[in-house]
Amino acid sequence: MSSLGVARQVGAVLLAIALAPLFMGWIAQCRAWLQNRSAPPLFLPWRMLRKLFWKDAALAEHASALFRATPYVLFGTMVLAAAIIPSVVLDLPFVLVADAIALVGLFATARVFIALAAMDIGTAFGTLGARREMMIGFLAEPALLMVFFNAFLISGSTALPTIAARLAAPPFVIYPSLAFAGIAFVMVLLAENARIPIDNPATHLELTMIHEAMVLEYSARHLALVEWASALKLFNYACIGFALFVPWGLASQHASPGTLLLAVVALVLKLALAGAALAVVETVSAKLRIFRAPEFLAMAFLLAVLGLLVHLLLGA
Amino acid sequence: MAPASSAVKAVPLLANVRGRRLLAPEREQWSGMAESMKAGGAGLLALWGTDDRDRDGCFRIHAAYLLPDEVVLVEHALPAGSESYPGLGPLFPVAGRLQRSVADLLGLRAEGGDERGWLRHGGWPETFFPLRRDSPATARFARISAPYPFVAVSGDGVHEIPVGPVHAGTIEPGNFRFSVVGEKVLRLEERLGYTHKGVARRFEQLSQSEGQRLAARLSGDSAVAFSWAYCAALEAVTGVAVPPRAAALRALVLERERIANHLGDLGALGNDAGFAFGLAQFSRLKEDLLRANAQALGARYPFDFVVPGGVARDLPAGAPAALTTQLGALETAITELRRIYDDHPGLQDRFREAGRLERELAGTLGALGLAARASGLGRDLRVDQPWPPYDRLAPKLAVRTEGDVAARVQVRFDEVLESIRLCRLLLDGLPDGATGVEVPAAEPDRLGIGLIEGWRGPVLIALHAGPGGAIRRCHPHDPSCQNWPLLEFAILGNIVPDFPLINKSFNLSYSGQDG
Repeated sequence: MSSLGVARQVGAVLLAIALAPLFMGWIAQCRAWLQNRSAPPLFLPWRMLRKLFWKDAALAEHASALFRATPYVLFGTMVLAAAIIPSVVLDLPFVLVADAIALVGLFATARVFIALAAMDIGTAFGTLGARREMMIGFLAEPALLMVFFNAFLISGSTALPTIAARLAAPPFVIYPSLAFAGIAFVMVLLAENARIPIDNPATHLELTMIHEAMVLEYSARHLALVEWASALKLFNYACIGFALFVPWGLASQHASPGTLLLAVVALVLKLALAGAALAVVETVSAKLRIFRAPEFLAMAFLLAVLGLLVHLLLGA
Repeated sequence: MAPASSAVKAVPLLANVRGRRLLAPEREQWSGMAESMKAGGAGLLALWGTDDRDRDGCFRIHAAYLLPDEVVLVEHALPAGSESYPGLGPLFPVAGRLQRSVADLLGLRAEGGDERGWLRHGGWPETFFPLRRDSPATARFARISAPYPFVAVSGDGVHEIPVGPVHAGTIEPGNFRFSVVGEKVLRLEERLGYTHKGVARRFEQLSQSEGQRLAARLSGDSAVAFSWAYCAALEAVTGVAVPPRAAALRALVLERERIANHLGDLGALGNDAGFAFGLAQFSRLKEDLLRANAQALGARYPFDFVVPGGVARDLPAGAPAALTTQLGALETAITELRRIYDDHPGLQDRFREAGRLERELAGTLGALGLAARASGLGRDLRVDQPWPPYDRLAPKLAVRTEGDVAARVQVRFDEVLESIRLCRLLLDGLPDGATGVEVPAAEPDRLGIGLIEGWRGPVLIALHAGPGGAIRRCHPHDPSCQNWPLLEFAILGNIVPDFPLINKSFNLSYSGQDG
């Protein structure tokens, strides 16, 4: 493991940590513009984090160590995931040690912790949110795996850098199976990141919440870490999407600083477009009734399976 | 043969709508009147008690019934020393909470009713009754903390979700206890009364000419309706006729209040279904309307525009034309937004079949106003018993039969567009003349009723005049009292996350019901 590789690995993770809140801010801006409102500042999520870190944390009386540890676990798993997913550089040291299936496991770990922490303090809302989160999770995970299997079949590998390199390599080929997988992936992304139409990140209505209901009891630095982890999760999902469906622009480990800079610019451009597209989806949709969420995710699963069939039957 | 003194006596009712006032000296007559009202298709509109022990040693209980074409006021003097009366609960379910309120405030107990406190909440002891004349208005008590016995639901997998009284949004306090299995609601029990302010007692410290200011502030979103109801009651007891120009201007602000509230609700309903675009658009339209209010009426929310005898100020020169132009733009925008709402599959999927209240149940429960019209009960005071100037406007009734959230949305759209039409008519044919007349002090002991169709439903003020322009007793009644119980039924069989949307589709007043 070269020191240059380690330095660039650290740099990529720091970039992810820095960009994730901005990505949230950008989506909020696009949503505001699409609703004919004037937009909040791009850096608002950063200011929010700063404010939260300055505040004194209040803890529920009966909160256990699990409740206190969960924000750190969430943030840690999302940072680790950011290290695994190739966002700027393809073949970084961490990227090479874990594959996409480990990544799904990592997301599941975070989910288990947040659900347990939500039930830990024993409020009705926490339990309500945890229950709904597990329902969404157990439907979303298989769909995400199926999406990955599409890419695995094409590239013959479960490692994200290999997949991205294989798909980006000339000659340029259109894979019909990836089109199905792409739609399925967007649906999973919406569900997993508490976006409309599955969840509403902006709501104040406790009874309708999924993700927010689980974190109602968090405050100050704990809440900051939870929010930051949510932003990182969305950022990570976006980067997974880029690696699978628009893998162009990634640099190699030994690329020159100029190429690296270009890769960063490519990432920012992709994020800008993805954020705008996400805002459009969220603006034109209403939130689904919670019992339609299983249908929504079953549809994602089916689309991903269709992609597999297309690949296997047509060899495309 | 019954002695002549105990026959039901009819006296004229002083009110802005047609009505009768019946004195029922015997308790059997009180119950009998309730039965014949029920048989005649009436709903119980309001219930209040008065402490007349200083006069004839009796407490009195008053019930206002609303029939399609008139209001009937039945009053019963309890025998001296008696503090209980026959309950109306079996005939009119809405009586339950009204009787509990009377018991908390005046200590008159309804026989055969729910004995739990409703408004008291430990703010004063059970032996103290704020509306009795011998209870000092300055009395202060330490808070008494006692658990409220919610009705428990047992069964396999049933659990409770307590929501409130403090909510996450900037809304008023109210406690909702859900009994659920999974996401399905088996039972909802409301506990209200957190915003009880003692308005009725405060009225007694004001003069008749000051009362309007307090009435307007009972439920801020219905400020014009309550102002007008109070003024109508006062004008009825004093026999004052309001000049036509003042009446037209009152109707104009009442309709503008209706439009503003409906616009707010339509946006909020979209937002609660995750369609924030709707909120942004309707909020802008509402803001435009409020700014025009500030220009033309001198206040964004016209709390003190309707005053006894007329209105506080005339429209500035040029205002009618400017308002008419703005209403045209508003109508275009609303028509466009209505198309977007109607054509949005996601939104319609959330609205339809959610929080359904069948017509028959709505009738049994005594639903009023907008909620009743969405369930097929076509009652609107402006149409059924038009008072000036509505008698020359011929408002159209907005009614739907489905009884779900979608129906309540549609009724709001219909009513907004109709209110725009009425505003145009009013602005076009604004009569010339004075905008107000002097209102003298009312003769003591007269009782007047003001009944106005606010945006939520009929708003009632019952004004008992005291000597020298004083208020002896004033009872304000908000239609939310009738409609809060509807929510407990509309939610049954729905899922927990649909509650906020269903609740918003009724959008009831906490402050108005708590008094």
